[in-house]
Amino acid sequence: MDYTPHTEADLKQMLERVGAKDLKDLFRDLPQAILDPPLDLEPAKTEAELMRHLRDLAAKNQSAQAGFLGGGIRSHHIPAVVPALAARAEFLSAYTPYQPEASQGLLQAIFEYQTMISELTGLPVANASMYDGSTALAEGVLLALRESGRMRVAILKGVHPEYRRVVKTYLDAIGAELVTIASPADPLPPETGAVVGQNPDFLGSVHNFTALAQAAHAAGALFVAVVDPISLALLQAPGEYGADIAVGEGQPLGNAMAFGGPHFGFMAVRADLVRQLPGRLVSETTDLDGKRGYILTLQAREQYIRRSKAKSNITTNAQLTALMGAVYLAGLGPEGLKEVATRSVAMAHALAEKLSRIPGVELATPKPFFNEFAVRLPKDVLEVRAALARRGIAAATPVPAEYGPNLALLACTEQHTEADLDSLAEALREVLE
Amino acid sequence: MIAEKRETRIESPLIFEKSVPGRRGIKPPKAPDLDLAALLGSQNLRAQPPKLPEVDELTLVRHYTGLSRRQMGVDTHFYPLGSCTMKYNPKVHEVAVGLFADLHPYQAPETAQGALQLMYELQQDLCEITGMDATTLQPAAGAQGELTGILIIRAYHASRGEAEQRRVVLVPDSAHGSNPATASMAGYTVKEIPSGPDGEVDLEALKAELGPQVAAIMLTNPNTLGLFERRILEIAEAAHAVGAQLYYDGANLNAVMGMARPGDMGFDVVHLNLHKTFTVPHGGGGPGSGPVGVKEHLAPFLPAPQVVKRGEAYRLDYDLPHSIGQVKSFYGNFGALVRAYVYIKMLGAEGIKRSAALAVLSANYLKELLKVEGFRIPYDRTCMHEFVAQPPEGVRTLDVAKGLLEMGYHPPTVYFPLIVKEALMVEPTETESKETLEAFARAMGEVIRKDKEWLEGAPYTTPVRRLDEVQANRRPKLRWSPGE
Repeated sequence: MDYTPHTEADLKQMLERVGAKDLKDLFRDLPQAILDPPLDLEPAKTEAELMRHLRDLAAKNQSAQAGFLGGGIRSHHIPAVVPALAARAEFLSAYTPYQPEASQGLLQAIFEYQTMISELTGLPVANASMYDGSTALAEGVLLALRESGRMRVAILKGVHPEYRRVVKTYLDAIGAELVTIASPADPLPPETGAVVGQNPDFLGSVHNFTALAQAAHAAGALFVAVVDPISLALLQAPGEYGADIAVGEGQPLGNAMAFGGPHFGFMAVRADLVRQLPGRLVSETTDLDGKRGYILTLQAREQYIRRSKAKSNITTNAQLTALMGAVYLAGLGPEGLKEVATRSVAMAHALAEKLSRIPGVELATPKPFFNEFAVRLPKDVLEVRAALARRGIAAATPVPAEYGPNLALLACTEQHTEADLDSLAEALREVLE
Repeated sequence: MIAEKRETRIESPLIFEKSVPGRRGIKPPKAPDLDLAALLGSQNLRAQPPKLPEVDELTLVRHYTGLSRRQMGVDTHFYPLGSCTMKYNPKVHEVAVGLFADLHPYQAPETAQGALQLMYELQQDLCEITGMDATTLQPAAGAQGELTGILIIRAYHASRGEAEQRRVVLVPDSAHGSNPATASMAGYTVKEIPSGPDGEVDLEALKAELGPQVAAIMLTNPNTLGLFERRILEIAEAAHAVGAQLYYDGANLNAVMGMARPGDMGFDVVHLNLHKTFTVPHGGGGPGSGPVGVKEHLAPFLPAPQVVKRGEAYRLDYDLPHSIGQVKSFYGNFGALVRAYVYIKMLGAEGIKRSAALAVLSANYLKELLKVEGFRIPYDRTCMHEFVAQPPEGVRTLDVAKGLLEMGYHPPTVYFPLIVKEALMVEPTETESKETLEAFARAMGEVIRKDKEWLEGAPYTTPVRRLDEVQANRRPKLRWSPGE
């Protein structure tokens, strides 16, 4: 079935009015040889048939809800109020707010979101959102190269390996070079335009990047911090340790894991970088009656105005998922966010303690760590992950071999209880026996 | 209606202005007392907590519900925004997505077979609909699909030792701004091809620019005037004769979805906007999804991972030695993929074709009605899913748009494409009824017959009236600050 309202009578009148004898006649400008090809698709389903099919498909999946899988996406509780508000039909079915008088709802929500990201990151300007953490980083790095006028990026190995792969793709595109450095203390390569570090890093360790940011600036580079938004309830804000650009993945803020997307990326920068920012930006202004209102601004940066001279090709971003993030942050407030973060930290440390008592299991993340850590397992990680899944526990994200052999990531959130930790520890003990 | 308008005219305080210290909406489980300085290092802790709003749950609900009432969407208003395909997004999508919400990208593939099967089938279906041989679902939006497609083309040329030689991408002057922006991001020089008097690519001008230096031609078909490029087969032949690749911008696929396939037109690469053609909600500007389909010779260069089927099992294949790499973390905007999958399964081949045909019928019908109302149609022939109109001499498009807002309609896309002065780009879509189109046409007619003073002051009863854009540009105020 389709979603068209036309009756036979409508069709007849409309076709007559436009001077077409039938629907196919409307395609008279097309090369007739290629018109109306047979399509090998399944026959149309009714909604009931389709829902049954989808439930069958979903039954072939195992929920990772309240599991321990880490690596950039985590199972935090999603309060019912978040999707109930963000997914209201008016927000869901709108598009980019080009007509501000018709879009004050979204524009104000984005302005508030920009404020929240600015508060979290300690940087004065945040844009309206990016696709996800990895592309926010890629765009942040491109920004740093535009600003520094250089073509080399030094990235710490502690940055999420998938993010590094995405950055590599974007840098290959413009012919810039990506150099991986093992430790923040390592010397920077010459002519570096951007230095990138992640805090907490991919294995969960907490860093103080003050010295690295200073070293980057001394070398004429910008410092780009990849941060976890929930950690910023407790950890130093990127603006405090001298980051010029902060980016990150917004999923932990009220967004479902959804097999990896859609989520949103956030980006905040120093005030003087605002005209280099990619993506949408909302400003407060006033209307004809002097009333406060909100509008897209500095659009001369964007592709639909500047075309080949634009700062980025980004158009559609991740407005709805960013709105989920804003509702989540507004609902929690500073104290609530701190509790989520603190409880996640507490659970992760308790879990690390329990797991390191299992023979053959070794904590592999240097302390201090936050809500996530890696363990070295005495058995193949993929096998362990599968065996735990058979026991109903989603845990043990495989860590790429470049970080060492047989490493698995485990993440904790505020959802976890002592009993959950004990179940995992017991299951892991069994699996390793 | 009047009461509602009065309500929306009231100033809307920011959530920060509703904040009262000590209030809380969402209440997570209590955290144990921890010595955070000892556990995390005192030098790593932040000095001041972030100043987030402090509100109770009901205040939170009233705030965002209030904001939603200051927002037009397809579910509340006719929204004929050209090139954006603002059609109705079926509600079943949102239920479907909920069935797949709790999957983690790093869970064992054996425990996500349903999700992988869905992605695999969607890859197949999108190949079938576009006439391509292989698809990646990874790109997060149309513009990222464009970048992916252009990088694939670049990798292909590089594999033939022609990377240095092919430095130019040709783009028609009617193209979306993202096309030249994308080509720049991939390091290419962009050359604009003028449109001919019929609104189509000037074939002679195109041929004059074609040569061994050209990497690709990026085309939207139907183009942004809503016209089908009738010489498309010739264009493809000319491009391929000099070794260039033909790129299809799928922003306007809704016009020909199922009725004509880009692959059959001679395109080598196509990106789709699942949030346009395949009814993923636009979400106020995303998240979208921009899958890319390619012909066989380009398949080795697709991003990793690909979803493959081995026997009865679905897997993620990372072993793609010629891949351009990864363009987004994980496997794409999976939630958007679920919605597109649902849409295709619901419509089947007949429903897809019929939807495209009715999108075209709606646009042509509305075009005829607007002519009678006094609008000019610069390229007046059978259009596809959209058309470009101009108000009568002396009336500004901006004023028409603002007048329409006052009449309760979201305006069409304005001042685009750039090649038509005072352009109004109208895309009604197949899900709007005949009566809606007729009422809209009458409203458009009424607007242009209003006196100048009324028009220049419109809108009057929207939450705000015309906003000071210059002030926002000169002194942008991009966040709220405490103490205001």
